[in-house]
Amino acid sequence: MAPMTLSDTTVALTDAEVAAIRSDFPALDARVNGHPLAYLDSGATAQRPLAVLDRERAFLLESNAAVHRGAHTLAGDATEAFEDARHTVAQFIGAGDDEVVWTANATDALNLVAHAFTAANRPGAVPDERLALRPGDEIVVTEAEHHANLIPWQQVAAATGATLRFVPVDDDGVWTMVDAAAVLTPRTRIIAVAHVSNVTGYTAPVAQLVAAAKELGAITVLDACQSAPHRPLDLGALGVDFAAFSSHKMLGPTGIGVLYGRQPLLDALPPFRTGGSMISTVTMESAEFLPAPQRFEAGTQPVSQAVALAEAVRYLDRVGLDRIEAREHELTTRMVDGLTGMPGIRLVGPRVGEQRTGIAAFDVAGVHAHDVGQLLDARGIAVRVGHHCAQPLHRRLGLTATTRASLYLYSTTDEVDRMLDAVSGVRAYFGAR
Amino acid sequence: MSDDLSAMYQELILDHSRRRVGQRTLEAADASHHELNPTCGDEITLQVTAGAATGAVGELAWHGNGCSISMASASILAELAADRPGTDLRPLIDEFRTMMHSRGRGEPDDSALGDAVVFHGTSKYVMRVKCAMLAWVALEKCLDALPAGPAATADA
Ligand SMILES: Cc1ncc(COP(=O)(O)O)c(C=O)c1O
Repeated sequence: MAPMTLSDTTVALTDAEVAAIRSDFPALDARVNGHPLAYLDSGATAQRPLAVLDRERAFLLESNAAVHRGAHTLAGDATEAFEDARHTVAQFIGAGDDEVVWTANATDALNLVAHAFTAANRPGAVPDERLALRPGDEIVVTEAEHHANLIPWQQVAAATGATLRFVPVDDDGVWTMVDAAAVLTPRTRIIAVAHVSNVTGYTAPVAQLVAAAKELGAITVLDACQSAPHRPLDLGALGVDFAAFSSHKMLGPTGIGVLYGRQPLLDALPPFRTGGSMISTVTMESAEFLPAPQRFEAGTQPVSQAVALAEAVRYLDRVGLDRIEAREHELTTRMVDGLTGMPGIRLVGPRVGEQRTGIAAFDVAGVHAHDVGQLLDARGIAVRVGHHCAQPLHRRLGLTATTRASLYLYSTTDEVDRMLDAVSGVRAYFGAR
Repeated sequence: MSDDLSAMYQELILDHSRRRVGQRTLEAADASHHELNPTCGDEITLQVTAGAATGAVGELAWHGNGCSISMASASILAELAADRPGTDLRPLIDEFRTMMHSRGRGEPDDSALGDAVVFHGTSKYVMRVKCAMLAWVALEKCLDALPAGPAATADA
């Protein structure tokens, strides 16, 4: 079961352990603009440990071949490594091997699920009650979604005549189960939410949401991009129907992501892409598709990336996600406390003391986020500025852009303190009144 | 603070980002253009009335939201346009664009560019060039939309 709160027995990674971890990440030793790099943008993409780079290189040097095609020795080795990687990732998220689909990234995974609903409801499609969407049926998201978990559902609504509804957020960008309950109706067919918001760091009440969805017979889709890298995750126990996340945010390579789908529901989805490697029998007129997950993996697959992602997962397992979560919790508290006390700083997201995961996005009164980011960059501090692919949320908060610092297992107290120190000088530098 | 940073955020830029010369709305504009930077959400709506010659403007006004670079750049552009009535502004825009794509190299021509030379320091930061260009691109679009000026009409 994924712990929603930290158990008392979990010991956070110590400073000494983090120092040892950092030696596995040479990219963190960079100097930027004359300062040691303080990489506080892991929410966008994480740096990668040597073990992951080495594993990918070793695979490419020793076993590179296309998978599920051909019968030579290398093809066999590559296929075995590819399927072993699937098994490793499945174990990591509490899934069966046939519940893990490789995709290009989380965006691709969310599009796969969304598109399946569109395809399943086309005129002439074989009806499947589980996937039915009729005009007036409702798809529910929240106002805080990343565009990747919003726009695909807009497309589904437009294609099927379903209505897209959203759970509104409060002035901090936070929503609760009470807000969600007010939006759910007997017409709700799909509920798609971020497990952890990439702007507010807020953790959705997933267990309660799943219970509510089950009562309504609605399908749940979890955007786990900001949770899978940072906390133990047991999707099977959580009971969601689908989930998506990206390898590059969890120490793995770009170009690969994961769609989790609960069996037998996953097997009921029509394919998103068609072509080679996803079929059993093909004639000039028609084709029979393989069962999931292969039916969704058309074309030559990102094999070395899958192998490297599995190595990233092993790395995270060795360190321990519970200990990573506890460590990030300590640093998040330091970051949130520091920013909350600062004049002219408006931190978005849950209040101090409430659950927040590794992310702090804030507005500096009178200074645009671009300018904040530039000043921090001049001191070697890498943060993200902009709307973080969540325009509706920013609009709701009355902001066009925020500055976001995000943490990971290799983040240090010193990096957080340097960020806080730099931010405290921003308004004076720009003469903000 | 690093020298590069102060080369970028010169006092003139910070001052213009607060003063915002020309930030107002024209009641009767001959051309208007809204320019958006989708990566950061900065936006400027620029309006002009037709000037006495092709490429010239009578009045120039703008309003918008954005970082100090985009706001200061619009402000300085408005000041330059007001100082050069009846002048074709296209060569100025071209000169500015060339400087912004220089990545901080070379010496900008301050007789042509006036106060806009302060953005030479910004041109080193590829990620910020778009911010500085925002108002200038909007002006270019406005000039494209203006009916051909008296000079052009006489030729036709
Ligand atoms: C919450 C959330 N959802 C979706 C995405 C999209 O991930 P990707 O761009 O890797 O597909 C991201 C990251 O950008 C994210 O933070």
